[in-house]
Amino acid sequence: MTRYVMAIDLRRCVGCQTCTAACKNANATPPGVQWRRVLDLETGEFPDVRRSFVPVACMHCDEPPCEEVCPTTATKKRADGLVTIDYDTCIGCANCVMACPYEARSIVHEAKFAYGDTPIASEAVRFDPARIGVSMKCTFCVDRIDEAARTGQVPGRDPEVTPACVNSCISGAMSFGDIDDPNSNVSRLLAETQSFRMHEELGTGPGVYYIWDKG
Amino acid sequence: MKAKTLKAGDRIGPRQQHNWDWRAASNFIAGGAGGGLLFFAALASLAGTDVRALLLVGMALIGAGLTCVWFEIGKPWRALNVYRHLATSWMTREAAVAPLVFVCGALALLTGHSLFVLLTGMFGAAFVYAQARILSADKGIPAWRHPRCRPMLVATGFAEGAALVAVAAPFVMTSAAGQIGVAAVTLGLLLIRVLLWRSYLAGLRADGAPEGSLRALAAVDGPFLKFGNLLPAALLLVAALGAPLAGLALIPAGLIAVGGGWLVKYTLVRRAAFTQGFALPHLPVRGRGPAGAAVKPGWGGAS
Repeated sequence: MTRYVMAIDLRRCVGCQTCTAACKNANATPPGVQWRRVLDLETGEFPDVRRSFVPVACMHCDEPPCEEVCPTTATKKRADGLVTIDYDTCIGCANCVMACPYEARSIVHEAKFAYGDTPIASEAVRFDPARIGVSMKCTFCVDRIDEAARTGQVPGRDPEVTPACVNSCISGAMSFGDIDDPNSNVSRLLAETQSFRMHEELGTGPGVYYIWDKG
Repeated sequence: MKAKTLKAGDRIGPRQQHNWDWRAASNFIAGGAGGGLLFFAALASLAGTDVRALLLVGMALIGAGLTCVWFEIGKPWRALNVYRHLATSWMTREAAVAPLVFVCGALALLTGHSLFVLLTGMFGAAFVYAQARILSADKGIPAWRHPRCRPMLVATGFAEGAALVAVAAPFVMTSAAGQIGVAAVTLGLLLIRVLLWRSYLAGLRADGAPEGSLRALAAVDGPFLKFGNLLPAALLLVAALGAPLAGLALIPAGLIAVGGGWLVKYTLVRRAAFTQGFALPHLPVRGRGPAGAAVKPGWGGAS
């Protein structure tokens, strides 16, 4: 079996938001919608203050609550662990938005562009009307993953078939791969370090691991 | 090290949801009351009461709620896709029950057959239950997924249904005994509603919840208890004791009790609906320092 997951080393993340920008560039999300973003958290009291950066997006859960509540079956979980949305089936009821504990989903009810009502050239080319009025979220760059099946390349190792955010990370904080393959980069990384998953107590089985210390 | 949050930056803590507005809230407000009304109208029919007007009002409430939702969804012309996930989605199940309510209700109105009246009441109760399950399945909103939210929602739906029967009782029930019975049943349901409401609030505080949810629910606690329950309970008691002209007390009692339930449901779906937010069980180790303590910004109560 294959189970694609992401490992994010919080010790390395510098909060540069390059992954956020790369995601917007790769997926042409509208203004105000970020399928991936980096949380900026300041904690402690002077002089013992620390700052942490936490990239978040769809966690592609083992037990996705969004899939369970979706009344249309537009949200589906694939055998390789990716949670997908069929834009042609979704009715935009937002039940999945309420079910997601990771605030990963958005619904945009009208076309929005960076500079008013008229799209700039790049927006006009990439505007997808199918995404208006329906739920949308991070796909783990599913097109690239599917391309890997055709070309024989390995997601997480070959950049052409690896999510854009992972490719863009300037500090190497983000890794992607098959956790069921003990020799994959994510499997090795997670074996060598200590990690947690966001809100594990909710039983969703998130597919994103946050590394916080060495093993 | 103290893990007090100095700055909750970009959307770290829980935030109020804005995807479901008053239109979605209206479905829970009107649909719950309508389903409860159908259930208690069916029960009243067993005592020989003419409940056709009540069935009509119950179906109208459910229909109004569903219409509001239809205006809210992003792709209203694909609304029939809602029927595609009966296996796990309570929204599908709610939508599946609705036509059963309307078909049986219409047959009950046309034929007057008691079987259809009872079936309408049963499906009305199922509609109330399905609505409660919709909210409890939404793991992203801690105030909804709390295990004590579901029984509270079902209880208020039934209490509102009984209260609407109480409003109609002076017009559709000629016997004083019938009106006293309605008053007593509604009184009992209000008591159950209050107990489950307080249990829900206590559970949220004990288990922890977003501070915004706790604030919003605390803000309606007093008015809900005093005006939504105690005041109608006093009026119902007068009616239940059978005082002269006391049947007329059923009308304001029922209306106030319904209003209280609607206030709670609107608050729950809109004002108290805060997201989970984000939490870190460990802050990352940076440099030579130790890992930081866990942080969970924006949560109150025990957690």
